Amino acid sequence: MIKPVAKQILFRLPLQVLLLTLLTGLCYAVMSVPSGVSGLGERVAQNLKTSGVENPVTAVLINFRGYDTLLEMGVLLLALLGVWSLGDAPEGRDTRPGPVLDSLTRLLVPILILVAGYLLWVGAHAPGGAFQAGSMLGAAGVLLFLSGWRLGERYLRLTLRVMLVTGLGVFVVVGTVPLLVGRLFLEYPAPFAGALILLIETAATLSIGVALTALFLGGRQAAGPDK
Amino acid sequence: MSQAFLYALVGMGLFTLGLYALIIHVHILRKILAVNVMGSGVFLVLVALAARGQNTQPDPVPHAMVITGIVVAVSATALALSLMLKVNAATGRPELSDSE
Repeated sequence: MIKPVAKQILFRLPLQVLLLTLLTGLCYAVMSVPSGVSGLGERVAQNLKTSGVENPVTAVLINFRGYDTLLEMGVLLLALLGVWSLGDAPEGRDTRPGPVLDSLTRLLVPILILVAGYLLWVGAHAPGGAFQAGSMLGAAGVLLFLSGWRLGERYLRLTLRVMLVTGLGVFVVVGTVPLLVGRLFLEYPAPFAGALILLIETAATLSIGVALTALFLGGRQAAGPDK
Repeated sequence: MSQAFLYALVGMGLFTLGLYALIIHVHILRKILAVNVMGSGVFLVLVALAARGQNTQPDPVPHAMVITGIVVAVSATALALSLMLKVNAATGRPELSDSE
């Protein structure tokens, strides 16, 4: 019979040695990555004109590697379905916010929505985009929920679900239409690419914001996200 | 050695620390946090290595992958936290016991 302390040391010491070895190996791997290689950056820069936006990250995200982003919207929705299938949301305590919190929320939420809109728009030519804007909306929803705002019962069913699937739905529709005219999936025609990307990002922002708030609430229907 | 590699090494350190915490802690919340620290380490490595070229713009492809990864990590964390609450409600302990 080994004492618990001794057992812990017996277990942890080899583990630490093992992990240090792993760290050394990983560091060696990182250090032996050749420097001075531009990777895919040059190809992105060459094709940036046809992508419809000027920010290379947005171009990669929605246009060049749009399939990744499409699936990622699916993952967000799947995670929400998983959370919802675990049961109803825990009963949120009906908090009465104090006057300071209440007025601060009334001040902050419009600003958050404004910042979300700005981030969405600026994503075309500077850092920003659908995910940043969506997390702003999600933060606004969480703030509203925590300070006692609740959504009416009639918005909780269809409206909520439509808002959740809008992002993925618009993305799939915009991606599929080129198939009908003999092009490739998610191949946006260059003259309309900018407008299409803005459309996809707007829908994605809304869906991401609502989905993040719903994930925070952690359950189905007890109280929906405020928007 | 450029600055980018320093950040990448810090990312590797975060990854290993997270792995250690994931193995030794029993509480599920600590495990979830440990996985998140590991993920942050990987993101740091990706973002740092994207900027390793001298005097050039950072490679946008790893940056886009990190944005995708962050959203996936947030979704997975939310699902894991919900599962943890269910385990806690069912067994009374936020732990995964392999015996009994």
